[in-house]
This record gives sequence, structure tokens and C-alpha cells, in this order.
Amino acid sequence: MSAHANEHLEDHGHHHKETFVTKYIFSQDHKMIAKQYLITGLIMGAIGIAMSILFRMQLAWPGKSFPIFEALLGKWAPDGVMDAEMYLSLVTIHGTIMVFFVLTAGLSGTFSNLLIPLQIGARDMASGFLNMLSYWLFFISASIMLLSLFVETGAASAGWTIYPPLSALPMAQSGSGLGMTLWLVSMAIFIASSLLGSLNYIVTVLNLRTKGMSMTRLPLTIWAFFVTAIIGVVSFPVLLSAALLMIMDRSFGTSFYLSDIFIQGEVLHYQGGSPVLYEHLFWFLGHPEVYIVLLPALGITSEVMSTNARKPIFGYRAMVTSIIAIAFLSTIVWGHHMFVSGMNPFLGSVFTFTTLLIAIPSAVKAFNYITTLWKGNLQFNPGMLFSIVLFRPL
Amino acid sequence: MTSFLTIAVLVFLGAAIYQMTKIFELSQAGKDHNQIANDKDNKINGYLMFGFLIFIYGITIFSFVKYTKVLLPAASSEHGSDYDALMITSFALILVVLVIVQALLHYFAFKYRGKQGVKALYYADNNKLELLWTGIPVVALAVLILWGLYTWTEIMDINDDDDPIVIELYAQQFNWTARYAGDDNVLGEANVRLIDIDRANILGVDESDSYASDDVIVKELHLPVGRKVNFKMRSQDVLHSAYMPHFRAQMNCVPGMITEFSFTPTVTTAEMRETKATKAKVARTNAIRAERAARGEDNSDPWEFDYILLCNKICGKSHYNMQMKIIVEEEESFQEWLASQATFGQQMTAN
Repeated sequence: MSAHANEHLEDHGHHHKETFVTKYIFSQDHKMIAKQYLITGLIMGAIGIAMSILFRMQLAWPGKSFPIFEALLGKWAPDGVMDAEMYLSLVTIHGTIMVFFVLTAGLSGTFSNLLIPLQIGARDMASGFLNMLSYWLFFISASIMLLSLFVETGAASAGWTIYPPLSALPMAQSGSGLGMTLWLVSMAIFIASSLLGSLNYIVTVLNLRTKGMSMTRLPLTIWAFFVTAIIGVVSFPVLLSAALLMIMDRSFGTSFYLSDIFIQGEVLHYQGGSPVLYEHLFWFLGHPEVYIVLLPALGITSEVMSTNARKPIFGYRAMVTSIIAIAFLSTIVWGHHMFVSGMNPFLGSVFTFTTLLIAIPSAVKAFNYITTLWKGNLQFNPGMLFSIVLFRPL
Repeated sequence: MTSFLTIAVLVFLGAAIYQMTKIFELSQAGKDHNQIANDKDNKINGYLMFGFLIFIYGITIFSFVKYTKVLLPAASSEHGSDYDALMITSFALILVVLVIVQALLHYFAFKYRGKQGVKALYYADNNKLELLWTGIPVVALAVLILWGLYTWTEIMDINDDDDPIVIELYAQQFNWTARYAGDDNVLGEANVRLIDIDRANILGVDESDSYASDDVIVKELHLPVGRKVNFKMRSQDVLHSAYMPHFRAQMNCVPGMITEFSFTPTVTTAEMRETKATKAKVARTNAIRAERAARGEDNSDPWEFDYILLCNKICGKSHYNMQMKIIVEEEESFQEWLASQATFGQQMTAN
């Protein structure tokens, strides 16, 4: 009887037989997905760096001819001098790749997937299927973004913030034609990927913590990833709505962002919209976005520092409170990107005040890190060196 | 043939490097391969950390000494000096905090470098300390921000006090046009739907508006020194931004909206050209231009200082070159210049 029971227990550990495709390509295992995110993120990072080298070369020596431009950029660098629109395209796509594909998906996707189940004692993420989907949507959106570089009229070139009307009107610059449409499609898919991932992280942290792992016993890394995911869920849909309104203005003749425009010799039909609306919608994501980038790194730093200093992180509760405060405040400071946008100056005052508030928790975290180092026994492993360097500029 | 040889050379180079790496690894047979930092590593890194502190102090001082001269000169507008005062105070505060915090960080990294057998202090929290370093930043930042808010409100309060002249800055891909409100100091109504290229009504000014007939439309901005200017910005097509760095002025030009900014210029172009900072900058720039001329390159004519209006929001292909000259002069020569320009009314009757 007991032999039977033992056999039955062993069966629970058995997975279905895995093929090459289910193990390496459409894997639902969080560690494999983390690797996929890491490699894709690194490749996108390398491409972003390559682009930045190209445009910085021309920036450093304006008007100078570089044979490598002609070799790489073809018609976009006649006689080796970069075309002005190609310069703007490189800057735009570099920014988009680095902020979204490398720092959001590449960072959060890799480390949240890898560490959350391991550090909270769960077997895997809440939904392996959604996790797999979120990676493949990320891959598709990255491919579309890269493909947009090879479009005949050029990639999106209105800056990574793609303010309308420049980005909404194909006649304003050639990069606002097909290149811009592909940018919008890529970002819509990217946002879907990011939301699926964030949902997964939130549900996993809330529901799948092992017995005895109360929220106040969570490692700071997990707190950081959890709060980052919440910020993501709150702010990315607003970027999606901004993109959708942009698609409607570009393709269906609406006037959300456009009004009273005379271009290429004629008055356009748009009436009643405002580019400032786009700026508000964009920066409502744009500001939390930078905290989505920062918080996971701070979370990892907390753990790496405390381990390598051989003492607990100083002020655990204060650190958690700071993370939550930063997350909450990050949703009410977006206007500090828009002081000269033409919005009411009083609104600028309000955002200045909230920006003052958000500086405080960041300062608290920095001082807590220094106190963690104080009277520790610091092991300068590579992770420790990186952690110290990370918060040096803070 | 050349490409074949190149590929062959690269392949052999790769093979050689591979073999050398293998040999090197074999030679490391007896050595310690532990990847975890030991006392010696910690000592080296500890000293390097402290050395880095000296380095960053040094490079900060060096940068201030060597590169302060490329910063903007003293402001040429009334609010500009308040603005610069805020900026410099903020920087001073940041520098103080920087010096202290970086010193602490790097000194701790040096002093508490890992040693075998040393036990770290278990010190997990201290709420009084937390309160202290929450409270001090709050007070310091509150003072700074309140001062900043006061300055901002003063600058952005655009009103009709002090008899300002009203000027419209009209932005389009890729040039600027200025429209003076003329003797009545009221701008005529305008809309892009009224643009008539054939009759040279490029700004879309409403001909039937009586205020419009004395408006003066020009391609070079002249400002009388000591007189407040209220700018009204319009854009024809996409977002532009009117950036006048020497006057510490910037405001986006938004199609479909009229945005405003106001300042009072305090230094004429002639006076500015005589300042030490400007003379030094002109000398430096013209030295570079002379070198370019010697090499037969473009953009090598000697430069004379002028105030400038730049576009500061990506607006397309020639955004980088969208500029307008600004000339600040005495009231009399300004009036003289303005009188010599054709008014909108005169322009339209001529067409």
C-alpha cells in the first residue's frame, strides 16, 4: 500500500515529454524565457549601440564625409555624408530600442522571469503560457522595429517621443510615412507583451509565495520587480491609447492631435485637436517608464550589496516604503517633461511641487545604501563593483 | 583574389588566437581559479575605489576650469539673471552633496574592504536616522523649489504692464518670420486658412482686420533694449520651439494654438560684442574657422557675434538649421529700422 503511494507521489514531478520546440523555442519555463529575453535584449542593445556610433560620428564632425556611411547606409548617405533625415531616424530608433527593447523588456523580462519564482519559492510563474506569449510578442515587435529601418521612405524620424504633428503627417518628413506606421504597430505589440509579462509577475508575487513568505519578508529585489510591474500595468495602456489615437489621426482622418495645419502648399482638413494632448498621454507613460527602468536595477543592487557587505540591507522597511512612494509619485510628475509645451504655467507649478516630493524617497534609498556599506566586510566581486557604480550617480 | 587572401588571413589569425588561448589555459593548470574575491582582490579594489574618488574630484575641478568658458555668458534679459541665480545655486547645492556623498561612498568602500575573519556589524535599521535624512532633503529641496516656483511664476506672468511691444513669432518648416504689431500695438487676426501664397500673404494675416494693416513682417528680429517684449508664437505646420538662449527664453510653437513668452532685453548687440566673454568666444571660433578656410572647407568665413533664435523641437529635415538673427539696439535706431519696413497694408496693396 505504501509502495503504491510512493510511486504516485513520484508521478507529480514528471513533465510531459519535451520536444526541441517546446523546450527551447516555445518554452514555458521561466528560466528559458529569461534567457530568451536576455539574448534578444543584448542583440537589440548591440544594434542600438551601433546606431549610436554612426550618428555620433556625424554629430562630432558635421558635414564630414565618412566612407563607412556610404557602405552601410547606401542612398541615405550620398557621398558619405549622412542625410539629415537618416540622422533623425537613427536617433529615433536608437532611443526607442534602448528605452523600450533593452531597458524595459531586456531588463525586466530577464530578471523578473528568472528571479521571481526562485526568490519567492514558487515552482514557476503563474502562467507559463502567457509568459511564453509575452516573449514571442516582444520578439515580433523587435523584428518589426528593425524591419522599419529598411523601408524605402525611411524609418520613423520624429525622435523617440514621436510628437505629432511631425509624426502624424507623412508630408512633414518622409520618415513619418510607412516607417512611422511600422513603429506604431511594433510598439502596440510591445505594449501587449509588456502588459502580459507584468500581469504575470504581479499574480505570481501575490499568489504563489511559499508558506511563511509574507510580503514583509520578500527580498527587496522582488519588491522592486513587483512594484515595477504595477507601474507598468498602470502606465503602458496610456501609451497604447496615445498610439491608437495617432493611428486614427494618420489613417482615419480624425483630429485628436492636429489642428490648423498648412503644409506643402495646402491647408489640411484637421480642426480642433492639440499636439499637447499627445504630450500628456505620452509622458504619462514616459515618466513612470524611467522608474520601470530604474527600480529593478535598484532592487538587484540592494540584494547584491547586502550579500557582498555581509550585513543586511539597512532599513528594509524604509526601502520598501521608498519603492512604493516612488511608484505612486511617478504617476503624478509627468508634466515636468512639458514645462515649455504651451500648457498653463500654473500646471507647471503643480508638477514642480510633485517632482520635489519624488526626490525624497530616492535620496533615502541612496543614504540607506551607504549605511549598508558602513562597517561591512565588503567583498568586491563583480556584482558588488557594479552595484556601487550604479548608485554613484544617484 | 584579395578578398580570398583577406579571408584566409583572418581564418589563420583566428586559429592562431585559439591555439594560443589553449596553450595559455594549459599553463594555468596549477593556479587558483576561484572566481570569488579574496583578500588580495579586495585590497586592490579598495585602493582603486579610493583612487577613483581622487580621480572624480580631479576631473570635476578640471572640467570646471577648462570648460566653463563654453557655457552661455551672463543673461541678456531682466529675468535671465534670476534664472541663472537659481541654476548656479542648484549646482552649488548639488556639488556640496556630491562631494560629501561620494567621499562617504568611496571612503567606506576603501575602509571596509573585505578581510578574512572580520565580522560585519549587524545594523539593520534606525528609524531616527531615516527621519533625519528624510527631513534634511525635504527642507533643503523645499527651499529650492519654493524659490524656483516664485521665479517661474514671475517669469511666466505675461501681462501688459510696462507697455510691452507685441511681436508674433511665426514658425514653419524651416524658417522663422516675425510680425510686429505696429503703431496700434495689436496684432491683426491671422489663421493658416487665410494663407495666400500668390499674394505673398505667407502668414495668413486677415486683410479685413483693421489692426492688421500696420503690422510689419520681417525676417530678422530687432528689439529695443530695455523695453519689454510680449511674444506670441504660432506654428504653421508641426511643433517648433522658439529658443533664445542668451535671453533665457523658450516656448514651443504649437499649430492650432497661440503660445506666449515675455522678456526684457538688457544688453544691446553692440555692448555684447564688446564683452570679454564674447570676444574670447569669437576669437576661439574664428581660429577654428581660419583652420577650416586653410583646408578649403565650407563654413569658414569669420563669425561676428549676434543674438540668435533657434528651433528647439525636432521639426524635420532642416530643423538643425532653422534660425533667425536677433538684434538688440537702442530705441531710436530700432524705431528708425521699423519705420523703414513696409507694413502689411502696404504689402497687400502692392500685390
